[in-house]
Amino acid sequence: MSLARRELPPFVDYVVLPAVNVITAFAAAGLVVLAIGENPIEVVKIMIVGALGNAENIGYTLYYTTNFIFTGLSVAVAYHAGLFNIGPEGQSTVAGIGVALVCLAFDGAPWWLVLPFAVAASVIFGAGWALIPAWLQARRGSHIVITTIMFNFLAATLIVYLLVNVMGKAGSMATETRMLTDATRLPFFATLLKPFGIDLGQSPVNPSFLIAIVASVAVWLLVWHTRLGYEIRTVGTNSQAAVYAGIDPARIIIIAMLISGGLSGLLAVNEVMAVQGRLLIDVAQGAGFVGIAVALMGRSHPLGIALAAFLFGILYQGGAELGFDIPKITRDMIVVIQALVILFAGALGNMYRPMLERIFARRPAARAHEAEA
Amino acid sequence: MTPSELHYPDDATAPPRDHARSPAIELIGVDKRFGTVHANRDIHLVVEKGTVHGIVGENGAGKSTLMSILYGFYHADHGRILIDGQEVTISSSHEAIRHGIGMVHQQFMLVDNFTVLENIILGAEGDRLVAKAERRARALLVRLARDYDLKVHPDAVVSTLSVGEQQRVEILKALFRGAETLILDEPTAVLTPAEADHLFRILAQLRDEGKTVLLITHKLREIMAITDTVSVMRQGEMVATWPTRAVTVEMIAEAMVGRRVLLRVDKGPSDPGRTLLAAEHLTVKDGRGVTVVDDVSFTVRAGEIVGIAGVAGNGQSELIEVLAGIIQPTAGHITLAGEDITGLDPADLRDRGLAHLPEDRQRVGLVLPFGGCENIILGYQDDPKYARGLFLDWKAIAATAKSVFASYDVRPGNAFLRAALFSGGNQQKIVCAREIERDPSVLLVGQPTRGVDIGAIEFIHKRLIALRDRGKAILLVSAELDEIRSLSDRILVMCGGRIVGECAPETPESEIGLMMAGLGDTAGERSERRNQGATP
Ligand SMILES: Nc1ncnc2c1ncn2[C@@H]1O[C@H](COP(=O)(O)OP(=O)(O)OP(=O)(O)O)[C@@H](O)[C@H]1O
Ligand SMILES: [Mg+2]
Repeated sequence: MSLARRELPPFVDYVVLPAVNVITAFAAAGLVVLAIGENPIEVVKIMIVGALGNAENIGYTLYYTTNFIFTGLSVAVAYHAGLFNIGPEGQSTVAGIGVALVCLAFDGAPWWLVLPFAVAASVIFGAGWALIPAWLQARRGSHIVITTIMFNFLAATLIVYLLVNVMGKAGSMATETRMLTDATRLPFFATLLKPFGIDLGQSPVNPSFLIAIVASVAVWLLVWHTRLGYEIRTVGTNSQAAVYAGIDPARIIIIAMLISGGLSGLLAVNEVMAVQGRLLIDVAQGAGFVGIAVALMGRSHPLGIALAAFLFGILYQGGAELGFDIPKITRDMIVVIQALVILFAGALGNMYRPMLERIFARRPAARAHEAEA
Repeated sequence: MTPSELHYPDDATAPPRDHARSPAIELIGVDKRFGTVHANRDIHLVVEKGTVHGIVGENGAGKSTLMSILYGFYHADHGRILIDGQEVTISSSHEAIRHGIGMVHQQFMLVDNFTVLENIILGAEGDRLVAKAERRARALLVRLARDYDLKVHPDAVVSTLSVGEQQRVEILKALFRGAETLILDEPTAVLTPAEADHLFRILAQLRDEGKTVLLITHKLREIMAITDTVSVMRQGEMVATWPTRAVTVEMIAEAMVGRRVLLRVDKGPSDPGRTLLAAEHLTVKDGRGVTVVDDVSFTVRAGEIVGIAGVAGNGQSELIEVLAGIIQPTAGHITLAGEDITGLDPADLRDRGLAHLPEDRQRVGLVLPFGGCENIILGYQDDPKYARGLFLDWKAIAATAKSVFASYDVRPGNAFLRAALFSGGNQQKIVCAREIERDPSVLLVGQPTRGVDIGAIEFIHKRLIALRDRGKAILLVSAELDEIRSLSDRILVMCGGRIVGECAPETPESEIGLMMAGLGDTAGERSERRNQGATP
């Protein structure tokens, strides 16, 4: 008899609703494209070919996908504990510092030897950056949304300071560290797979994509198959019941945020150790915020997150291509289109829910009326 | 009406023979399925205007579903609804209200930090200026308070009101929106006996004013006391509609369950052993510094059920919570089988064999969006029985869930269904099954049969007594004095946070009632003062 009982069939919930959202987003983006006098169909074609047209383009798409999976998973784990982590951007930035420290310290050693340490550093630094907001939420009740936003700014300032004053390239004003040697830098799949006759061109996708897949499976196991995941979900759904069950919500909040921060941190392995080969000022490049949309769209389920991350990967890579092919569509335009998708698929994800509820609740009644007539 | 006009189950769907009144609501062939669950089967029901019409039935019989259809919350798969003889379609609660149907929800839909007045006009402001609506509402409130004894202070903040007062706000809300028919789904489950009496006075007056009341309840004496007509549902079907005057409690019970039900508890004398649970000078202060449990000492021995009687809100809930480790005492000690357990958390206490059946199943005892399996391990998630290394052993959990669902007759017996989708009484059975089947050495029980049908009450009572007879200690809190008296071996009476007396279960109800009211005792005055202090 509670309102919570009203619900959609799973098929509608997990397939129809996201599909309708994405279609709306593209329709709205199409209108924007029309408004500047370009053909939307043409634009879609360019984007799709640009993202999936050949092995190299797919490689680029998967590189973006990798980052989005990490941040999407990060947001999702926190969300299961009832927390809205807005901080993946800052957490991966700080993780970048950790990865850079490890890689620079071991510079020259073979990458497969350094990789475990780099991964560990990314997780520890990412988790560490999430720890203070987590503690403040758990023990002092400071709202995690506010604190994680603040920590994004702090991370941005911190990395500038470090790159200018401490870690920057000697004798240069550029805000970046020196390049890693080729031996230590995580090689791209393009390099690794060339001997097998697979040509991925210049695309930067690299073994951290596999780490992302492993992380997805791990999160799935964690959330639905471990005791800790059960406790996280209990706290996130009904903290009174959690206390009753002997689960300490404060402890779970801290643990969930540490895991969340660690997942965000993994992004730095992709960016620092592989793609850039050095630490730059902007580690996450907005992927932290895209992760929020990815988690929302993927309904905080790793499979949904992987698919949503792939969609956003297509959007980013296709959008980049668009800039080359249609000069009228500037970088800003692409950001607008991406923002529309985030808006409709993420933030307004439940806009159509009442409508679908009506359709799918009414149907049987309507049929009954027809039968009587 | 006379007994000769009785409608027996076989002709329950026949039109009413009393033509003096006109039907307020008519349901014709209403049918509703949820997947494989056939919640309402071809329901025909006539509700006469100006009557109180009771609906009874087992847990999961489909009562709430039927009312939800009437209130526009669900859509029937088949069937028609007539209001004042006019066929209507009700596809939202807004339309229901337009057709004069109001509902008093069991989970009150009030905004806690709004005042009574603000809650009442919320969504029905009608004017651009809230002030104007407020004036109108205030005037109406004064009139309704006078006419129906619906007293609540218009400017009191809802969170400071007692449950009974909050319910009155719900009724006022419906009347403010022009409700002619009022649906109440188990309204007395959360009320004290005095509040329930008050509610019935209000309902009787509403009826006398020509309003129609649809009342769902599991308490058959309420049916006998207040209703004009009673309808019985069983497994989705409407099996009988009778004038209340022509039937007995036993007849209704039998029609509900399809067999004879033992309406009183059958238990042998107790054989108390050593002390298992003891409280010494236990004191609890709440967040505002008010002493809610005041220097309470008592013992519960192996093989006995100790009942705590008291008007709701006199510290019983807090007493149970502090014993269960959910809140911490400000002074005093608790021992379990001789060991000091003061300050231990609920997980530790469970390990030591102290289980807790919480009074609020929906907010505390269950995680509603979780499935049956996940709820069956709530609190026992660390049990090695359910673990495979780091992972939960869902196979073992599902097997356990299935077997306790079967032994407690939880319907539907689907251990993967989310808890929110079970009917209220079946949710309660899930919690009872989880806690009682663990065979704890001490069980703290709050309102074990709230919202549970008579057949299931009998069953739960049997289980509790079987637990006692296995030498376990049970501490029972219940708003039902009947239940306390029939289950307990000893009764402690609580008032104003203190234990004001102890008596045997044979003590007459009136005598216990006097103790509960704290008459002749300073404790009573204290509780009075506190209650007044809480209402601005
Ligand atoms: N949204 C839903 N989805 C699936 N099943 C449902 C849903 N709502 C109700 N049911 C099922 O329909 C049946 C009737 O439920 P309903 O809540 O009407 O029972 P009830 O008579 O009010 O019982 P109680 O006395 O326990 O409150 C139950 O078996 C319940 O599990
Ligand atoms: Mg019900």
